[in-house]
Amino acid sequence: MKKETITVALTGNPNSGKTTIFNNLTGTRQHVGNWPGVTVEKKMGTVLHNDHRLQVVDLPGTYSLTAYSIEEIVARSFLVDSKPDVVVDIVDASNLERNLYLATQLIEMGVKLILALNMADVAQSRGHQIDAESLGTLLGVPVVFTIGTKNQGMKELLDKVLEVVEDRDTVSRHIHISYGHEMEKEIKKIQDVIWKDPSVGERFSTRWLAVKLLENDAAVQERVRSFGEIGEEILAQAEASRERLVEFYKDDAEMVLTDQRYGFIGGALKEVLKVSTKSKLDLSRQVDLFLTNRILGFPVFIFFIWAMFQLTFTVGAYPMEWIDAGVTWLGAVVTALLPAGLLQDLLVNGIIAGVGSVIIFLPNILILFFCIAVFEDTGYLARAAFIMDRVMHVIGLHGKSFIPLLMGFGCNAPAIMATRTLESERDRLLSILINPLISCSARLPVYILLAGTFFGASAGNVIFSIYGLGIALAIAMGKLFSVTLFRGDIAPFVMELPPYRAPTLKSLLIHMWDRSQIFLRKMSGVILVGSILVWVLSSFPRSPDLLRGQAVETGATSATQERVLTAAESQRSASASMVDENLKSSVANIEMARLENSFLGRLGHFIQPIFAPLGFDWRTSVAVLTGFVAKEIVVSTLGVLYAAGADVNEESEALRRSLRASGMTALGAYTLMAFVLIYIPCLATVAVIRRETNSWKWTGFSIGYSLVLAWMVSFLIYQGGKIAGLG
Amino acid sequence: MIPLSEFKEGERGVIRQLNGSGTFRKRLQEMGFIRGSEVFVEKYAPLRDPIELVIKGYHVSLRMDEASQIMMEKLEQEQK
Repeated sequence: MKKETITVALTGNPNSGKTTIFNNLTGTRQHVGNWPGVTVEKKMGTVLHNDHRLQVVDLPGTYSLTAYSIEEIVARSFLVDSKPDVVVDIVDASNLERNLYLATQLIEMGVKLILALNMADVAQSRGHQIDAESLGTLLGVPVVFTIGTKNQGMKELLDKVLEVVEDRDTVSRHIHISYGHEMEKEIKKIQDVIWKDPSVGERFSTRWLAVKLLENDAAVQERVRSFGEIGEEILAQAEASRERLVEFYKDDAEMVLTDQRYGFIGGALKEVLKVSTKSKLDLSRQVDLFLTNRILGFPVFIFFIWAMFQLTFTVGAYPMEWIDAGVTWLGAVVTALLPAGLLQDLLVNGIIAGVGSVIIFLPNILILFFCIAVFEDTGYLARAAFIMDRVMHVIGLHGKSFIPLLMGFGCNAPAIMATRTLESERDRLLSILINPLISCSARLPVYILLAGTFFGASAGNVIFSIYGLGIALAIAMGKLFSVTLFRGDIAPFVMELPPYRAPTLKSLLIHMWDRSQIFLRKMSGVILVGSILVWVLSSFPRSPDLLRGQAVETGATSATQERVLTAAESQRSASASMVDENLKSSVANIEMARLENSFLGRLGHFIQPIFAPLGFDWRTSVAVLTGFVAKEIVVSTLGVLYAAGADVNEESEALRRSLRASGMTALGAYTLMAFVLIYIPCLATVAVIRRETNSWKWTGFSIGYSLVLAWMVSFLIYQGGKIAGLG
Repeated sequence: MIPLSEFKEGERGVIRQLNGSGTFRKRLQEMGFIRGSEVFVEKYAPLRDPIELVIKGYHVSLRMDEASQIMMEKLEQEQK
C-alpha cells in the first residue's frame, strides 16, 4: 500500500462538465476556499482509490492558458509551480475542436495528461463518432470516456490516473505539435540559449518556455528575467526571433501559433471524428428561440426573476417564522433558566438576539441559491446575460452582473455571494462594490417609519424615490469605478452559450450547500463577535440606580409585548390598554436613560458633531451606529431613544408622535433615509464582502466609500433643501 | 469583405481577417475565430446587441463593436 498522496489537477473549458466530475469523484469530501490573493474559488477534495490517496484539485474552467484572465493565471501557476502528478483535461466530446485547444497547450507544457471525453452520450446522440484510440495515439495522451451526469466512467478514469502516475500506461508519450519550418527554427534558437543553463531545463519544459516567449507572454517573460544573466540573453533571442517572424509571416507570432494549433487539431479530427449528417431536431435550439425571442425574451426573463423572488420570500417566510419562533423560545428558555443579570442579558439580548437576527435569513439564502444553481446549471444564466448585456454594458458591467444586482433588493449578503457566477475578477469586484447601493428589504422598515411619519399620503412616492436614488447611485458609482479603479482591461464579451441541459439534483444541492455553508460558517463568527460588541457598548457602564429598573424591564418585556399586541388588535378593553401604555412608557423611559448613559449613547453624543451638518441629533447618530449591525435595528433604536419603547415597529403610532414632537422635519427625515440607504449595509454584508473579495483592503474601501458617499449625498440633500426653503 | 456586425440573422460567412488589439484578437482566436472558420449568425439579442453566432459547432455571443472587428466573406445562403 502506497502512503503518499497523489495530486490530480482537473482542467477543462467552462461548461465541459468539469464540476460535475469533480463532485462525482470527491462527493462531500471537498473543501471550498479561495486561491491566495484572488477571488477565484479553489476546490479540493480527496478520493481513496485502490489504496491510494488522491487529492483532486479543481482548477478554474478556462479556454486557454495564455494568462490573460485571472482564472488562467491561477490555473497555469498551479500547473507550473505545484507540479501536480497528473492533469486530467475534461473535454466536451460533443465540441471537440475548441475543447482540444486547451489540450494542445497542456501537451506543450509537458505535464502528465489524461483526456476525459465527457458527455460522450451527448456527442453520440448528435451523430459524433470518436475513435478514442487513434486520438490517444495522435496526441500521445490516454483517452477515457465519461458521462458526468450519469456518474459513468469515474472508475476507469481513476484507474487511468494510477496507471499514468506509475508509468504503466502505454499510450503516453511526448509529442511536439509542429508549427512549421520557420517557426520551429526560431523555437530551436531560443531553446539553444536556454540549454546553456541546464538548471532551467530541469524546472521547465524548454519548448514551452520558447513558445511562450514567442507569444510575448508577460508572466513568462517576468519569470525568465528572474533567471539573471542567462534570462536576459534568452529574452534578447526571443525578441529577435519575434521580429524575424513578424517579417516572415506579416503577423504576430502568437496569431500564427494559434492558427497552427487549430490546424493541428483540425488535422487530427479529420482522422478520428466522424459526424453522420443525420439532421436531428436540435431541441436546445428550439427552446432558445423561445427564451431569447426578440419579443418574448424580456417578459420570460422577468417572469423567471419574479418567480425566484416569490419562491424565496413567500415560501421562505414559513421556515423564517419557525426559526424566529425557535430563537424567541430559546431566549425565553435561557431567561427562565438563568438568574436575571449580566450573563442572562449577554446571552439573551446579545448573542441569541444578534445571531438569531442573521440566521433567520438562512431559508432565503438556501432557496435563492437553489434557484441560481438551476439558472446556472441549465444554461439559462448565459441567456439572461445575453439579453441583459446591452443594458448592463452602460455601467461597464457584463450582462451576468444583472442577477446579483437584482438580488440585492432582497438581501445584499446572498447577492454579493452570487457574484461568483461572474467570470472576470474586475466584474466581480465592481458588482460587489455597487451592490450595497441597491436597497435591500431590511431598509424598508426604516423608510416606512420615516416616510409614513413625515410625508403622509405621498409616502409611497418618497420611498420609491429613495429606491430610485439607490439605483442612480449604483449606476453612477459603477460608471465612476469602471473608468477610474478598473480602467483598461475590459475582457472581451466572447461568451459561450452552452446547450440547455437538465441539471442533476445532486449537483444542484451541492451547489446550494457550498454557498450556504460558507454563509453559516463564516458569518456566525463575525456576527457573534459583532453582536457581543454592540451589546457591550449598549450595556456598559451599568449605572446602579438604573439596574433595578433594568431587572423589572427584562422580566416585563415579553409579557408587555404580548399584552400590547392583544390590546392593539382587539382594542376592546380600554382600561387594559391604559395600564399597558403606562407600564410601557415607564419601561421605555428607564431604557432610554440607560442607553443614553451607555458607551453607545456617549459615542452618539461624541460623533454627533460629524452628523450635525446633516441635521442629525445624538439620538439619530446612535440609531445610525446600531444600524451597522442590521438596518432594521435603526427602527428599534429610534424607538428606545424617542422613548416609545423597544418593541416598536415601523407602524407604531407612539413612535411617530414622538418623532414629530422631537423637532425632526420632513427634510431631516428624508436626509436620514438617504443616509440609511447609502452607508455601510450591515455586518453580515461586510462579512460577505470580506469573504468574497478575500481582501481587507477592498472591504475597507467598500465601508469607507459608502460612508463618505452617504455623508456627501445627505449633506447635499439637507443643506440644499434648507437653501431651497424646504427645512 | 464586410464586417460580421453587418450580417443578418441566418446568414453565414467565412472569417478573412481579425482587427483590433492584440489581446482581443488572441482571445477570439483561442475561441476558434481563426481565418477560414465558418460562422453562422444565429440571432441578435432583443436589444440588437449582442449577437449570437455558431462557430465550430458551438454557440457564442459577441458584442456588436467586437463583431465589427471581424472581416468576413459572405457565403451563399443554403437552401433549406
